[in-house]
Amino acid sequence: MAEEECELNEKQKREIAKWFLLNSPGGEIQYIAKDLRSLLNDEKVYNEAALEAFPLYNKSHLICLELPNRSGEVLVTSYNELEKNEYLDPRTAQVATVDHVKQVCTDVRPAADEELSSSYIEEFRCALDAEILKYAAEAYPKGICSVYCVNGKDVEGPGSNFELLVVISAAKNSPQNFCNGSWRSVWNVEFKEDVQMLEVRGKLQVGAHYFEEGNVQLDAEHECKDATIFQAPDDCAIAIANIIRHHEAEYFESLEASYSNLPDTTFKDLRRKLPVTRTLFPWHNTLQFSLTRDIQRELGIDK
Amino acid sequence: MEAAMGLMRRIHPKQSETALSALLSLLPHHSSDLLSQVDQPLQVLCDLESGKEYILCEYNRDADSYRSPWSNKYYPLLEDALYPSSELRKLEVEANEVFAIYRDQYYEGGISSVYMWEDDNEGFVACFLIKKDGSKTGQGRRGHLQEGAWDAIHVIEVGPEEESIAHYCLTSTIMLSLTTNDESSGTFSLSGSIRRQMNMDLSVADGHLCNMGRMIEEMEGKLRNSLDQVYFGKTKEMVCTLRPPSEVVLRLPSADLA
Repeated sequence: MAEEECELNEKQKREIAKWFLLNSPGGEIQYIAKDLRSLLNDEKVYNEAALEAFPLYNKSHLICLELPNRSGEVLVTSYNELEKNEYLDPRTAQVATVDHVKQVCTDVRPAADEELSSSYIEEFRCALDAEILKYAAEAYPKGICSVYCVNGKDVEGPGSNFELLVVISAAKNSPQNFCNGSWRSVWNVEFKEDVQMLEVRGKLQVGAHYFEEGNVQLDAEHECKDATIFQAPDDCAIAIANIIRHHEAEYFESLEASYSNLPDTTFKDLRRKLPVTRTLFPWHNTLQFSLTRDIQRELGIDK
Repeated sequence: MEAAMGLMRRIHPKQSETALSALLSLLPHHSSDLLSQVDQPLQVLCDLESGKEYILCEYNRDADSYRSPWSNKYYPLLEDALYPSSELRKLEVEANEVFAIYRDQYYEGGISSVYMWEDDNEGFVACFLIKKDGSKTGQGRRGHLQEGAWDAIHVIEVGPEEESIAHYCLTSTIMLSLTTNDESSGTFSLSGSIRRQMNMDLSVADGHLCNMGRMIEEMEGKLRNSLDQVYFGKTKEMVCTLRPPSEVVLRLPSADLA
């Protein structure tokens, strides 16, 4: 029985390896991979797990890779994925080929016409991209952003609904300080021609990991909604950027508030800084407790 | 083993149980090393005789049974089990009573257990455990936490007395997690674990319990403080690096919205 439990088959090992890779904290998958590889001591199993896990991890962490021709950076997300390993950068109208396991761009080519949005959509997308670029530059020193069309990219003119998606990804990795962190924002903007409204839905995820002589992680997540009226591309762009700016500023303030509430309210429910008596515990005089208890017992008021 | 510890250092504290069981199945030959070096959230059992709950750990385990500090009985019942000497048991009983009061003063609830056993070099080892559920459905007095757990493990090796001085070596681990959740700010969760050691040579005039208690109180204070100030502080610093709380950011939107 014990023997059977000891011997994992390849499939089980691969699943375990995948689990560790997928659950790596932001910016740390290569370190996890290194330890895992030496622990598994089985290149075949490791490679299979890595091939499956890295693409999923890269997309969910919205990692950002430098384009090989120095023309900028491309985000790896499920929203701009064309073929397996190919990611569109609409701003430069290029398609990057990505090596997921090495986390690098190996190639870049101009996007084909059918991979890009129609010129009608492109007006909205481009205007929004310019506004978001301005906002991201002012709010996130390390932020990379992009705007994709995720629905209706071939719409040729007024009369149909379509949907744009804003991604902002900011990551900071400083392994020498044992600290990594990431901010991820994904905003869906539905352009509803029929009701002349834009519906905006945001999902914000913030994570941080500090692991010098310990292991402490922050995970914060927030979803919000807003709406505005359908206008010309430039006006839509400004309105959407303002909505995002407003909600993200508000969310950041709520994060700061959560931190400042920690010492006196939240953390106190786990353990107080000082005892209810507000003095250190009387270890030198614990006899008093047994005396009190004996008296209580005598008097029949012991619980 | 080194690689395994490397993984445990990075993997999310909330997933440490899953990670440990995965490592145990990958490295069955290192199971005892893994179990002794990786701390896991504490489990609780009810002592049927006293009706009180007690905490389970490696130090009160024999086979598949765990000894209760309240009745000194093993659950499930076990014959020929190991017990501390009657002298040490006396100290253990006293330690459990006093530590429960200490726990109540600092934690306003929670469960505590103290176990002691003789070691090979004429001294003894004591293990002080505290488990607190600080969530609003648990024992969180202020009702701020959706989820909140604090597990403390203090193991003290007490050396033999020499000229009324004994050497105390304390190793403490704190594992905690706290989550707040509300409509306007979403979920906010911090979790983690730290482990520290403290060595002291103390006169036994005040008694072992007094010495051990003071060391634990000092250590818990330090650990709580460094979690609050250093560890949580570092994650906040990181958030502020990603998105600096500059006045520029705050000024622009109001100007734009106006």
